[in-house]
Amino acid sequence: MSTLLEVKNLATQFNTEGGVVKAVDGISYHLDEQEIIGLVGESGCGKSVSQLSVMQLISSPGRIVGGEIIFEGQNLLQFEANGPEMRSIRGAKIAMIFQEPMTSLNPVLTIGRQLTETLELHLGMNQEAARKRGIELLRLVGIPSAGDRLEDYPHHFSGGMRQRVMIAMGLSCNPKILIADEPTTALDVTTQAQLLEMMKDMVERFHASLVIVTHNLGVVARYAQRIYIMYAGRIVEAGTTKDIFAKPLHPYTIGLLKCIPRLDEEEGRKLVPIDGLPPNLINMPSTCAFVPRCAYKSERCLQEPWPPLRHMGNQHYVGCFSND
Amino acid sequence: MTAYIIRRLLMALVIIFLVTLVVFFAMRLLPGDPLIIFLGQQASQGTITQEHLETLRHEYGLDKPILVQYANWAYGILRGNLGTSIHYHEKVSMLMRERFPVTLHLGLMAFVIGNALGILLGMLAAIRRGTWVDTAATTFANIGITIFVPWLGLLLMYALGLKLELLPIAGYTSPLDNFWLSTKQVIMPVICLAITGLGFIARQTRSSMLEVIKQDYVRTAWSKGLRERTVILRHAVKNGLIPVITLLGIGIGLVFGGSILVETVFAIPGIGRLLVTSVFAQDYVVVQSGTLVIATIIILTNLIVDISYGWLDPRIRYG
Amino acid sequence: MPEKQSTVTGASEAPPIVSEWRRFQRVFFQRKLVMFGLVVLILLVFTAIFAPWLAPHNPYRGKMADSLSQPGNKYLLGTDIQGRDTLSRLIYGSRTALMVGFLSVGLAGIFGMALGIVAGYFGGFINTIIMRVMDALMGFPMLLLALLLASVLGSGIQNVIIALSFATLPGYTRFIHGLTLSVRENDYILAEEAMGASRARTMLRHILPNVFPPMIVLITLMLGNLILAEAGLSFLGIGIKPPGAAWGSMVADGYQYLLMNPVLSFAPGLTIMVVVFAFNMVGDGLRDALDPRLRGLL
Repeated sequence: MSTLLEVKNLATQFNTEGGVVKAVDGISYHLDEQEIIGLVGESGCGKSVSQLSVMQLISSPGRIVGGEIIFEGQNLLQFEANGPEMRSIRGAKIAMIFQEPMTSLNPVLTIGRQLTETLELHLGMNQEAARKRGIELLRLVGIPSAGDRLEDYPHHFSGGMRQRVMIAMGLSCNPKILIADEPTTALDVTTQAQLLEMMKDMVERFHASLVIVTHNLGVVARYAQRIYIMYAGRIVEAGTTKDIFAKPLHPYTIGLLKCIPRLDEEEGRKLVPIDGLPPNLINMPSTCAFVPRCAYKSERCLQEPWPPLRHMGNQHYVGCFSND
Repeated sequence: MTAYIIRRLLMALVIIFLVTLVVFFAMRLLPGDPLIIFLGQQASQGTITQEHLETLRHEYGLDKPILVQYANWAYGILRGNLGTSIHYHEKVSMLMRERFPVTLHLGLMAFVIGNALGILLGMLAAIRRGTWVDTAATTFANIGITIFVPWLGLLLMYALGLKLELLPIAGYTSPLDNFWLSTKQVIMPVICLAITGLGFIARQTRSSMLEVIKQDYVRTAWSKGLRERTVILRHAVKNGLIPVITLLGIGIGLVFGGSILVETVFAIPGIGRLLVTSVFAQDYVVVQSGTLVIATIIILTNLIVDISYGWLDPRIRYG
Repeated sequence: MPEKQSTVTGASEAPPIVSEWRRFQRVFFQRKLVMFGLVVLILLVFTAIFAPWLAPHNPYRGKMADSLSQPGNKYLLGTDIQGRDTLSRLIYGSRTALMVGFLSVGLAGIFGMALGIVAGYFGGFINTIIMRVMDALMGFPMLLLALLLASVLGSGIQNVIIALSFATLPGYTRFIHGLTLSVRENDYILAEEAMGASRARTMLRHILPNVFPPMIVLITLMLGNLILAEAGLSFLGIGIKPPGAAWGSMVADGYQYLLMNPVLSFAPGLTIMVVVFAFNMVGDGLRDALDPRLRGLL
């Protein structure tokens, strides 16, 4: 399958009262057709900001300061954030769904209106056709009595239902890429499982690719083909899901895995949290940002700049001196 | 929604009742014999005999216990009897009927224009936040709420009336009698009446819109590739205006309060001016009834505003 | 991979919290309009205190011979019909404005806070009674209520203060009531009660301090409105009348002489606007600096 999206050295900064925050500090990744990838990291690592940057939804005091985003042969960053080119891509070719279903839907507009507006805008459907398609979409995502629910308002739906509506909205115009930013974090565990399963089905059905942004490795374990691990604005490890779980190479990844209980390990193993706190992204040192919390650090880590990603074979990359 | 309306309605009635209490008992705060006060200058000049006074006292019902007096008065009000003016020797209801349309004419124009412009200004400032448009609009709004209305009136009078002789500086004509003259006379007073409300609403609208623009659902709208115009008009405005609607009720209060000053400055025969002259003439019957009428109108307007708010917000309308 | 070492977390990774004072400084002191307002207010207070030394002439009595002089060397802003110096009256007027303003705000503020906290904290019947009465009072436009009370109580500065306090009381009560409700929901209040603290203690020790900062902002914003209201009353001829020096009545006095000497009305009117503007700017600045979330409420 060919490459759909290629991001090279994307960098996004925020000018805050405390200083400049390098939220995304030069990341590169790619997404192929009909692929599901996971972007994993803790709160504040820059994963959400990176995806918002792809959509050019970054507003003051944030700014995209470098890199390229190659989609359909063009660098998206050359286009103005609200220009006609980006607008024809957002919602139509690349769509995004957000973390908080409770606040991401407009409380004073009907679900129907919010669903059909993209259909009318990007696919040029008239009201009647858009309505019909809207009902179909709601049915597909598993909303019962879809026909009656177009006139309902968001507050008539539960959290899980709202997220399904968001997914329907996201896929409504058959985008090539769907970005899901922490899609299940705000939901309970059972709903999480249902939703993820449904998302996988939908994405397959629509022949789209999916980017799942999450802090929960467990979520991507089952669904993603490849995983990128992010820390302090950079990608520290990348590889197939199998490799990441079976042979994690970066100390952070190892640490993350040690925090998760697994079915295939001995009883009584203690969960080991990662020491320390997430880094302050203002005035970052040029050395590896994980050093304060790292169990594998060496002299080299304290002196040399942040290690670049090295290919360890089979699409597995890691940025850590401990692997030399 | 129905429950909401009924609750609001009952609340309004209770408040109106409390208002009548306030008005009635405030008047009783006056030092001295209420009868003397009600008879005004005549009685204080001592031209009425003590005997006659007592007869009058009985006639006015002032010898009954205070609660009975209140009940009688309230009952009278409900039947439309607002009393007789001591100063004008006319029924208060007559006086009100003559003056009310005038105040209404000016007040309504000021209310509508002030709020419409205020909302537009506020939205403009929010959408173009940080630019010169925002600064200009916000400064104008701030001037609106800080300016001394009679001073603005005098300023306008001086510039447009006396120096440039563009507009008449006083008086009122009904638009039904002479539309053109009426309009010319009404321009300056309406500006003065509208300016405070305009500034207030503009500031509130700006705040509210800025809040809305930051919301997640607006980000969702952007992520769908909608144009700025659609995002603002379809997604932001309705949410932004809902809180502002509740403030329109305050606007009515500002207009009535303002009319007291504006009608005095421009010599307009409305209710505001009537109240002021009555206060000085010690015509307490007029002051009492006039205040009651105005307060009731404000409370009823607020009721309508509350209900509209409930209708606009789907969370309340559809439960 | 090297042996696992014991982790040492030496470097401090906690993000530096931009100190509250620094943030306050940035939001408050670096805004030009807010600083302008503060300077004006300081000048105002200075003028009020040192009025007798600053005023070039007697504000209450003038020379008939100098009646209605144009602005010039002797009388910088001219004189009124009685020959009283406008500038001196303006200076002394600041005393009236500040006195009425602060006393009204103080009175209404204290009672408003008390009523609001009691209503919010106790809830139920007490709450209903207090809030309904406040709603009734709010049904009157502020000026009208002040007019009603001032006419009933008679003229004189103390009655103006009482009338204005009454007219603004419901605003404070409502505001504090709302704040009390939200503070009351906080868990530490529950904890206090669980520990058996008396209600009075809870109200004083915990609710009051939380309610205080927004109250300060409200008061600053209301001072502007009060000065406008006082000016309105004295313009109408209620409250402080000539020869007393009040800006509002000065505007009214100048009305008849608009063509001859417009400065008579313009000067006090402009002063009122600048002072009220200053109060509003400082109030806005305080509000944004103390808690930007208040922006929706105030």
